Amino acid sequence: MVIFSVYVVNKAGGLIYQYDNFVPKAEVEKTFSHPLDLVLKHHDEKVVVSFGQRDGIRVGHAVLSINGLDVCGKNTADGKDILEYLKDSSNYPVSIRFGRARLSSNEKLMLASMFHSLFAIGSQLSPEVGSSGIEMLETDVFKLHCFQTLTGIKFIVLADPRQSGIDALLRKIYEIYSDFALKNPFYSLEMPIRCELFDQNLKSALEIAEKAGNFGAGS
Amino acid sequence: MNQMTVHNLYIFDRNGNCLYYNEWNRKKQAGISKDEEYKLMYGMLFSIRSFVSKMSPLDMKDGFLSFQTSKYRLHYYETPSGLKFVMNTDLSVSNARETLQHIYSNLYVEYIVKNPVCVLGQTLDSELFSSRLDAFIRALPFYSPRAA
Repeated sequence: MVIFSVYVVNKAGGLIYQYDNFVPKAEVEKTFSHPLDLVLKHHDEKVVVSFGQRDGIRVGHAVLSINGLDVCGKNTADGKDILEYLKDSSNYPVSIRFGRARLSSNEKLMLASMFHSLFAIGSQLSPEVGSSGIEMLETDVFKLHCFQTLTGIKFIVLADPRQSGIDALLRKIYEIYSDFALKNPFYSLEMPIRCELFDQNLKSALEIAEKAGNFGAGS
Repeated sequence: MNQMTVHNLYIFDRNGNCLYYNEWNRKKQAGISKDEEYKLMYGMLFSIRSFVSKMSPLDMKDGFLSFQTSKYRLHYYETPSGLKFVMNTDLSVSNARETLQHIYSNLYVEYIVKNPVCVLGQTLDSELFSSRLDAFIRALPFYSPRAA
């Protein structure tokens, strides 16, 4: 039972803090012979599987490394285009590692701003009067919890769906923010948080919440 | 004090057209025209699905299921053919996925897909479908009409 990551978004929708507590490694490395029975395509500066799911390699997984060398975007480590490289039968047999691509900082920034807008639309489309924005979003593998303060800062936590005590954790993170970021004379409001004490205290709060969640959780 | 209730239901096709909408207990309108509201709802759901697929730390099977705010909960179910069922209820309803699946297989498939007169992709104007759906919603264990 895990807490995956924490995001803090300022009132303009910009990401000011991000911490990945636990990133599950879901990677598969296999050796292939020509011709490759997976269909690959370019997507967002990466090469991803578009068809041919098999053996733990899912649609949407990206090519992470070829023959042990990490790829560089759409090119191999030595700069050759990956799709061209894999069309050439003389390069086979080849060992390719597939997995979920890690989010780059830019992508995290974009996703945080996206959530900021979705939060507001959730409030606008409400069939009830006086609704807040999205406070909890549930999928089959994670739950996203969001707490918006009176000043418009959003604390977002991604956790396992069965993890309990996240509401208390969000309030605790707010407390840590006010103690170690806001009271820091060198910190400017709405700017990225670069305060060591904030990092340290956040990490220990997450550890405590994960352990407490393990005791308190029912089914 | 808060009775369990269903606020409204949207059905979208794979292209984003709103095929059906009905409300039972809606207290607040969105402040925009119905067409704009359908587009905004569809756009929000499309963005949430894209957001969730990027953010997810693990590979997902069902994907986005629901979200909740301080006052309501939105339940989402998408069929493999791209048909999207969206239901807003109050907070006490934790899982309406089976309800939405039932609406799809026992109401939509039976009264719309199997109806030779209904053209798929156009707004659903089968009265039988509407009345059966209405009866089904009112008969749900978590539905109770509020005092006016």
